[in-house]
Amino acid sequence: MIKLENIQRNFQVGEQVVHALDNISLSIQDGEYVSIMGPSGSGKSTLLNLLGLLDQPSSGTYYLNNINVTNLTENQQAITRNKSIGFVFQTFHLVPRLTAAENIELPLVLAGIAESDRKKRVHQSLQEMNLLDRSDHKPQQLSGGQRQRVAIARATITKPSILLADEPTGNLDQKSGLNVVHILEQLNEQGITLIVVTHDEKLGARSKRSIRMLDGGIEYDKMEDPHAVDA
Amino acid sequence: MLLMRDAFYFSFSALSANKLRTFLMLLAMSIGVGSVVILTALGEGARNYVTAEFSALGTNLVIVIPGRSETSGGNPSTMIGVTERDLTINDALAIARHPKVKRIAPLNIGAAEVAWQGRKREVSIWGSSHNLSKIRQWKVAQGKFLPKADLNRANSICVIGKNIRKEIFGAHSALGQWVRIGDRRYRVIGILGSEGHSLGLDVSDTVIIPVSSAQALFNVPSLFRIFVEVTNRESIPAVMDFIRDTIKRRHQGVEDVTVITQDAVLATFDKILSALTYSVGGIAAISLAVAGILIMNVMLVTVSQRTSEIGLLKSLGASSKTILSLILLEAIILSALGALIGYAIGMLGSGLIRYAFPTLPAFAPAWAIIASLFVALITGIIFSLLPARKASKLDPVDALMR
Repeated sequence: MIKLENIQRNFQVGEQVVHALDNISLSIQDGEYVSIMGPSGSGKSTLLNLLGLLDQPSSGTYYLNNINVTNLTENQQAITRNKSIGFVFQTFHLVPRLTAAENIELPLVLAGIAESDRKKRVHQSLQEMNLLDRSDHKPQQLSGGQRQRVAIARATITKPSILLADEPTGNLDQKSGLNVVHILEQLNEQGITLIVVTHDEKLGARSKRSIRMLDGGIEYDKMEDPHAVDA
Repeated sequence: MLLMRDAFYFSFSALSANKLRTFLMLLAMSIGVGSVVILTALGEGARNYVTAEFSALGTNLVIVIPGRSETSGGNPSTMIGVTERDLTINDALAIARHPKVKRIAPLNIGAAEVAWQGRKREVSIWGSSHNLSKIRQWKVAQGKFLPKADLNRANSICVIGKNIRKEIFGAHSALGQWVRIGDRRYRVIGILGSEGHSLGLDVSDTVIIPVSSAQALFNVPSLFRIFVEVTNRESIPAVMDFIRDTIKRRHQGVEDVTVITQDAVLATFDKILSALTYSVGGIAAISLAVAGILIMNVMLVTVSQRTSEIGLLKSLGASSKTILSLILLEAIILSALGALIGYAIGMLGSGLIRYAFPTLPAFAPAWAIIASLFVALITGIIFSLLPARKASKLDPVDALMR
């Protein structure tokens, strides 16, 4: 469960203070499918970074699974990112010199999990993403859709409760983009909280809940089906 | 926390992904370490060479040299640097009378042509006596050394070095043969078994004749040196005083000889050559520092090139500390590998020097090897701290935006 209370994120640009996030309060239940939309500079990326613990709020409190994560040390936040949060980026961000399997393995390596255990989990994940025959390929030998599937496998290998996707289809053609969206939605059906930041109205319209940002604030937050969530 | 093995694998993959960069850094580091090893090996080799050279002169040795290096009194002869009175065989015999003098050996040195049955060779000729072989600890391979005899008798006999025997006589037997040295003839009575160098001359390329014969051959009345072996170390000062007094008395009250001990000379050379070794080692160490700065530069470039990778690692759960240790590990692997390659280059280099100059024992001293490896590692780490800290401080958001 995600709960933001009066989150403020200010940037100093020259003499001026820019309020990238202006007093945002928000709660997202486990297993929700949320899209965050809005024009450039509306604060949606800042919100995503904040939710992913990559950025710190200037003020306010962020509860993740009932823990106040704003007070955690840098090291504890790193551990939380590793265990509870998965990222999917527009530009995939695969390490070019590592194979698909090694890229997927990275979060487990960083967590210090033993090799035999890692191999098992990576194998299973490759199977689920239909990438088994690509496991020894380097990223440049993969198509865009395959790369994003590797990235999703990597994001979910530690079985996080939240998956944050920043324009996940932005660099993909329509067909593979749709394939990636299906995979993400499938993961959501299995219980992961899926938060997608996008410009794409069609993609945004797929989610049950849509949050539209404007000038650092929430313009609207609407639920397609009010029975899906009861908070 | 990251397992050690995985950290190594990750760093290695980063290093092998950019082979040219890795190669250049290894090159810089190995040149630094290699030059320290080779240059100190040269310095140490020179020192050992000189030390061995002096040790070959025997122990408890006092050397009498004609002439004085400093100007003393108003005597015109010392003012113009010419010795009026020769250092003679009788001077040597007078010195030998002191009870603490075990043995003396006068010495004259010159060069002359040695010929036998049409074969000729220009060699250095030592004029000395029976005791020379004892003082210099020479061994005789065939025949015998110069016999005990009156120093003033110019016998026509000679002892030849190994090499002379081979070059002049070839397959013939040398013992008992008459050879021509300069314009005189000498009978070969012995062949030296010893090898190596003495006073910078190759022993196996030397001919030894009685001192009086040498004086006649070269037409010089003065001795070149008198070697005086003292019975024990404690008596050396007393013997030195005795020598000065005796010579002064015999030379009409003028002290016109220089008396030195081998120890003093040895200590001076040792000091000079040690200083030389340290200074060449220090100069070579500068190249290590340069290698360190190069590593820093390249690591800084690496960090800015891999910004997005570092941001990604952070998003996947790497703490600043993990990033710091990964970058440092890369630098440590680089400098350790570079240092080891440099060590191998240094060993190979000093081996080649020993091969090219067999008389020079060019072995790098242990302190230089250990220090260079240590300095390489330390500079590698210190100069990587800045880039590693820069990497760990990277804002993951900015890094991922690239």
